[in-house]
Amino acid sequence: MSSTQEAALASADHPTPRRYAGGGLGTYVVRRVLSAAATMLFVLVFNFFLFRLLPGDPISLYTRGRNMDQEQLRELRRELDQPMLTQFVDYLTNPFSSGVDSTQFSRPVWDVIGDYVWPTVILLSTATILSAVIGIAIGIRGGWSRGGTFDRVSTGTSLTLYAMPEFWLGMVLLILLSTGVGPLPGMFPSGGTITPGVDKWSLDGILDQLWHLFLPALTLTLAYLAEYALVMRSSLVDELRQDYLTTARAKGMREKLVRRRHAVPNALLPTVTLVFLNIGFVVSGAITVETVYSWPGLGLLSYQAIRGPDIPLLQAIFLLFSISVVVANLVADVVVAAVDPRVRA
Amino acid sequence: MTPDAGPAGVPAAAVRSPRALRRARQRASVRRFWATYRRQRAGMAGLALLGLFLVAALAAPLLFSADELEVTKATGEVLAPPSKGYPLGTDEAGRSVLALVVWGTRVSLLVGVAATVISMTIGTLVGIGSGHFGGWAGGILERLTDWFLVIPFLPLAIVLATVLGSSLLNIIVVIGVTSWPGTARLVRAQTLAVESRPYLERARVLGGGHWHQMTRHVLPNVMPLVLANTTLTVAIAILSETTLSFLGLGDPFRVSWGSMLDNAFAAGAISAGAWWYLLPPGLCVVAVVLAFTLVGRALENVLDPGRR
Repeated sequence: MSSTQEAALASADHPTPRRYAGGGLGTYVVRRVLSAAATMLFVLVFNFFLFRLLPGDPISLYTRGRNMDQEQLRELRRELDQPMLTQFVDYLTNPFSSGVDSTQFSRPVWDVIGDYVWPTVILLSTATILSAVIGIAIGIRGGWSRGGTFDRVSTGTSLTLYAMPEFWLGMVLLILLSTGVGPLPGMFPSGGTITPGVDKWSLDGILDQLWHLFLPALTLTLAYLAEYALVMRSSLVDELRQDYLTTARAKGMREKLVRRRHAVPNALLPTVTLVFLNIGFVVSGAITVETVYSWPGLGLLSYQAIRGPDIPLLQAIFLLFSISVVVANLVADVVVAAVDPRVRA
Repeated sequence: MTPDAGPAGVPAAAVRSPRALRRARQRASVRRFWATYRRQRAGMAGLALLGLFLVAALAAPLLFSADELEVTKATGEVLAPPSKGYPLGTDEAGRSVLALVVWGTRVSLLVGVAATVISMTIGTLVGIGSGHFGGWAGGILERLTDWFLVIPFLPLAIVLATVLGSSLLNIIVVIGVTSWPGTARLVRAQTLAVESRPYLERARVLGGGHWHQMTRHVLPNVMPLVLANTTLTVAIAILSETTLSFLGLGDPFRVSWGSMLDNAFAAGAISAGAWWYLLPPGLCVVAVVLAFTLVGRALENVLDPGRR
């Protein structure tokens, strides 16, 4: 279970005192924004000091495993020899332009990162949407007929999928569907986003890209949907004991409508929150799965940065991931508060 | 279990010392716990599976000599499919995959358990602290938990592991210090619930200090929850070890399931169609993680029957 999921479960188990009067949404949003800003500041400070306070000579850390000439080393040392406070102020005024270039690409780190953002956004949004929709559907069906065959099979499958390292699932799918085992022919490409030489924007090119997207997106969808199915199931099961369902049934409402109009909307909230909160977990999956499928996104770039190691690049990617998570959390808080007045405590 | 230690309430217990009485009560509650746990089929299956892996980890040196892990002493063909001498085939250096998997159990279990001990210790301390102390001290601990909860786990672990360098101890520390916030939050919520009960007020009125309140009253009440959470954390820690080792951040001198997958990937096992090299380590991870998860869920069910 990821720590975000635990947090979501923990807050579901111990709801904050409910206030049905619906405190002002405006005040709530302001408070969340301020808190997100504080978190962001912490991330910035943490990111700055992490690489400077840990043991070892920063120069050797930055240049481990690569050849740099004396001129470059002197330049780097001059930068790092400035007083800590000066460096910190420089960094805070513009965290996105750490003076140090990527050691692998010899270009400013943010230039390098810019080239890798889109493939990751496409892959992760495809996988997130698919896994949320499918996972929620499975969770509803299983939770509604708790203890039935579908429930038992889907819970077992979800737990098994949840226990799998995503990248291993990716490698198994790759060997099955791309390399081909025994009588099974390889049907899918082994990596990349497009067949070389095909025009990106032609009809063939778009189909070709979808064909390349299929396996990595399938891997991540399977990896994520397990968690959504489990959480959706358990929150629906919690709703099943509520009195308002008995009331709805007593009114003679058909079972299907009781489920659709009453139980599901109420049970949906924790799962939807989780989808947003999970971006940190989603990003982690991208790192290994993109590596397995040589999908040229931030995950593959992280892998290259680790293998370098390319510390400045790694630091920048870490910052980017952390900030995306803070922003996603803020969005989740605001959306949930807008939908459900109970959480504006 | 000795037969003379009757359950609490048995008249014989009345003549014993308070300590003996307490022990008898504890034993009785453990027995009750076990009786409920035993009825959970999935939980028992998980426990059996864990026992199997524990035996494999302990018996590894008896089953395969450490020489079999030496690349220079490998005797098999390179990346050969399963055959008589090599039931699970060989790796890119001609070593037996079976021997590697069995030896890998040791590192994976060790890292999982040791990292969890660190994570649980930090999580429990911070959780109880932030729940018990009001005011600025508790506030700081609470904020700290929230902040660490937000920072994405794997990128943080990668950064720490890269900076610290790869060794067995470092990977344990990295996983331990990055996975505590979930526990801290859970423990905090439970601490707040316990602190609002009358017996804590009584302890305070009678002059019990912070230390006394936290260790004698809060901790024992939080422990069952921590216990259930522990098994789930071990599962995550083992998955994390696999992922970090796959990324090349594990101990390069020790075989673990993650490092096997890393080697398999680097050696082109996928394009060679060497399923016998990929499947065993991955299936072992799935089995162990699933086993810990099942045990954790069963524990939760026993402790909180309402959720069954």
